[in-house]
Amino acid sequence: MGRRVLVTGAARSTGRRLVAALAEEPEVEQVVAVDELEPEEPFPAKVEHLAVDLRSPALVRTVQSAGIDTCVHLGVTAEPRAAGGRASMKERNVLGTMQLMAAAYHSPDLRRLVLKSTTAVYGAAAGDPAVWTESMSHETPRHGFGKDAIEVEDYVRSFDRRRPDVAVTVLRLANQVGPMVDNPLTRYFELPVCPTVLGFDPRLQFLHEEDTAEVLLRATLGPAERGTFNIAGDGVMLLSQAIRIAGKPPLPIPEPLVGRVAELVGRTVDFSPEQVRFLQYGRVADTSAAAEQLGFIPKWTSLRAFEDFAATRLRKLVTQEQVLRLQHEALDLLRRAVSWVGR
Amino acid sequence: MTPAQKRCRARTRKGERCRNPAGPDGLCALHRRQLQAEEEPSPTAEGGASAVHTPEPDPDLLAPFLKWAEEALEFLGRRLLGEYEVDEFGHDPDLVEHVLAPLLRPLYRHWWRVETRGLEHVPASGPALVVGNHAGTLPFDALMVALALLDEHPAHRSLRMLAADLAFGLPVVAPLARKSGNTLACAEDATRLLESGALVGVWPEGYKGLGKPYRERYQLQRFGRGGFVEVAVRTGSPIVPVAVVGSEEIYPMVANLRRLARLLGFPYFPVTPTFPALGPLGAIPLPSKWLIEFCPPIETAHLGPDAVLDPMVLFDLTDQVRDTIQQTVHRNLLLRRGVFG
Repeated sequence: MGRRVLVTGAARSTGRRLVAALAEEPEVEQVVAVDELEPEEPFPAKVEHLAVDLRSPALVRTVQSAGIDTCVHLGVTAEPRAAGGRASMKERNVLGTMQLMAAAYHSPDLRRLVLKSTTAVYGAAAGDPAVWTESMSHETPRHGFGKDAIEVEDYVRSFDRRRPDVAVTVLRLANQVGPMVDNPLTRYFELPVCPTVLGFDPRLQFLHEEDTAEVLLRATLGPAERGTFNIAGDGVMLLSQAIRIAGKPPLPIPEPLVGRVAELVGRTVDFSPEQVRFLQYGRVADTSAAAEQLGFIPKWTSLRAFEDFAATRLRKLVTQEQVLRLQHEALDLLRRAVSWVGR
Repeated sequence: MTPAQKRCRARTRKGERCRNPAGPDGLCALHRRQLQAEEEPSPTAEGGASAVHTPEPDPDLLAPFLKWAEEALEFLGRRLLGEYEVDEFGHDPDLVEHVLAPLLRPLYRHWWRVETRGLEHVPASGPALVVGNHAGTLPFDALMVALALLDEHPAHRSLRMLAADLAFGLPVVAPLARKSGNTLACAEDATRLLESGALVGVWPEGYKGLGKPYRERYQLQRFGRGGFVEVAVRTGSPIVPVAVVGSEEIYPMVANLRRLARLLGFPYFPVTPTFPALGPLGAIPLPSKWLIEFCPPIETAHLGPDAVLDPMVLFDLTDQVRDTIQQTVHRNLLLRRGVFG
């Protein structure tokens, strides 16, 4: 019998991609795509679209009856505005997960659960260690997506304890970039100028959307690996560097004004306060566990992933040719000045 | 998908790979121009010969300036395009080489006339923990030790220092601290650096040493909880004690305004003979004569990682390191002819 996979949050870019990839795999018999939103393109034939909320009884029935053996939970969102406000976002993220876990607990055929989590669970603060490993104890982010993600992970872990026959894999993904993916950080870099916190230059890691799809597919269909894994492209970039590569002028804002500006910018970017802290202090996660246990090494480094994103999505205001020409001209000018002085 | 950004295939004068992006011929704009100039007779030379009787511009006088300008422009171009690399701690060697080290070098060479000894005790490769005394209100001693290792050690080693968390919450200071290769003083970061084979610097006295009054100069303070020894033992890294003489006199602290410090969130607020009386002028450090001595390494590898379970081993090692530094400081103080020697 083939695999029967249920994917939540299936209509958004990451979910669509995974559902399409799963539908192409011969070993997958059926895919149940759960999302109350309609996907932009219709799902492939093997896919059954369940247009319901995570909290609906229809989902519970499906999880329990359809012989679902694998559940991939992508339904945790970082965007309050898109979810209809922070309260509603929290409700979807946390209560939705709670319901899903309750249903999964009573699902007899379930053998594997994959959760897409985030490195935001580590928060972002001045006193953080430089590099987070999965087992380090971290101060709980007190609000926003990070807090939701921690609560979601807690429910999943408690499920893990109660159903030892189900292999639970938690993937903590770094910020995703790429030609298609859309999230608060990609929208931030799409702004005409990039506001930064004056006097701070955080370290960032990026994950290319292709690698996201690859690691989710591997966790779903590959050999089952229990545990929690950080997933990020190799290497680290500074925010200032990313802004340069994006070809945007940075706009440093003094710390006391940052909240105001974030509110203004927040309307287009859908930024929460903890994402502002992220742009102040940054965060880097260690990915060696994923390499050793999952055998997953991202194809794109942080730098290449970001360059790909910048090349496909951003209109650069400062281009390489301009800088090189300026360099040229300045040098020319100097040479002439020097030979003039020499005379 | 973009092809991997190609780098220029030329080498800079220092023999390093040029980091500028390459054009279609595999050269960056600057090197293309340079190589062409070398292949063909240089146009300026021709122009100079044909133009009346004026002699060539004196190459000895202006060539260094041109080279410097060229390098500065290359650097600026790289910064504007984000064409540089940092490691996972945020260490930015390009910035250190071209901006931070050149800023500190005059202080090292001319202001404090730093003399460095015992560099042979610092391994040329592999992990080691450099432990030093800390004094002088601002951590210039740490910067000078780092510069000594970068400039004068045969392997030009980068010292990755462990700094207090205050540094990482301050604007401007925070990114500079990371870019110059430092990280937070916590066991996780120190272990990670040592395991990667880095040379790690730690100043266990912390603020107690940095902010002590002038009358207690060259008296080493308590060494915290000695966490650095634990990390060294766990990773089997040798400990290299370093004794700095001279840093105590740069800002002789006669009083500490504790209330003001608490108000500002600083660990201390120094009063020196010139600060805050002379305002910003008072922030100029005094030109004391400095002597930095690296002492023979104390090996920890033979103890084995299990030794961290025995507090006595750790206490003894901590004391050994502290005594070595204290004795070396006292010995070198006698060698110095005067504070400004």
